[in-house]
Amino acid sequence: MIYFTLIIATIFVNNIVLAQFLGICPFLGVSKKVDTSLGMGMAVTFVMFISTIVTWLLYHYCLVPLNLQFLQTIVYILVIAALVQIVEIVLKKTSPSLYAALGVFLPLITTNCTILGVAIDVINKDMNLLMSSVYAIGTALGFTLAMVLFAGIREQLATADVPEGMKGTPIALITASLLAMAFMGFSGMA
Amino acid sequence: MNNKLAIIVNGIIKENPTFVLFLGMCPTLGTTSSAINGMSMGLATMVVLICSNFVISCLRNLIPDKVHIPCYIVVIAAFVTVVQLVMQAYTPGLYETLGLFIPLIVVNCIVLGRAESFAAKNGPLDSALDGVGIGLGFTIALTLLGACRELLGTGKIFNFTLFPEQYGALTFVLAPGAFMTLGYLVAIFNKVTKK
Repeated sequence: MIYFTLIIATIFVNNIVLAQFLGICPFLGVSKKVDTSLGMGMAVTFVMFISTIVTWLLYHYCLVPLNLQFLQTIVYILVIAALVQIVEIVLKKTSPSLYAALGVFLPLITTNCTILGVAIDVINKDMNLLMSSVYAIGTALGFTLAMVLFAGIREQLATADVPEGMKGTPIALITASLLAMAFMGFSGMA
Repeated sequence: MNNKLAIIVNGIIKENPTFVLFLGMCPTLGTTSSAINGMSMGLATMVVLICSNFVISCLRNLIPDKVHIPCYIVVIAAFVTVVQLVMQAYTPGLYETLGLFIPLIVVNCIVLGRAESFAAKNGPLDSALDGVGIGLGFTIALTLLGACRELLGTGKIFNFTLFPEQYGALTFVLAPGAFMTLGYLVAIFNKVTKK
């Protein structure tokens, strides 16, 4: 039951993009089409799940026994960068179709702050390994949901008549604001 | 001398990281619930930016081209850790408020972006000045955004009350207000600079 609540909480109530402001760059950058944002969301889900588990194990079985917790940031970012590379190579070899779908988005993920953010967050919140992986999946699904919804709205927006000064990023930000307001309706649920 | 000043001004106006380049959006939106929070986040980023730009520029001829990105990230992460530990020791309240966003300076695209596009090609002094310029541009943008949100949401700027709190719209302190305020500020910035 607690895992179910955790999933609902991470997808809707504490949505990582619209309530916690992480991963805004890809949210604004690659959300012009529904299918590209779906691809990005899938790539993030995949990498976030793996990297959260790897960094969790590394923190608890390597950094803590050696008393090196202060190296957390440096170690994490290197592990994530390496992991993204490995995932890319492995996918290319084992599953070309998945690689073709996620390919272009994978390198972008290293600088996606949601990955590092979640990896640090689960340590700060003192979660165990199972909780952490559920948290990672829920958060990534929340990210995907926000991306796809936003892309859907932006596709419609492309044909709308927008005032000169508001074209491009300003109107996208206002749209995101309305979406965030809608998501606020979930607060207090879980 | 004029040249050096131009580097700084460039970072504040022509290549303003928030209003023109749209880099580092996460801390921009996440930490600006009040003017003081926005300003501290901007200053923390500026310190990292100046130090990392300087060091990367010094090392630019030693770092092999193939591994330059990982090398830059290690340099940046080292300075972020320094800032993190210093803030934890001297300003624990602020460290609590900014929370996750301090370690996330590592993945702030501004820092890596400037290392790649400026520090890798210019001398140490110019790179440090570029760090000052971009850092100031970022700090000004964050302070402005924080001040607008704080004023509209609670009627205060830097905790100085301008109108009673019950007239404020709390939405502006919460998530939707962040997107909305930034959207209108960018629109105004576009209008002013494009003329």
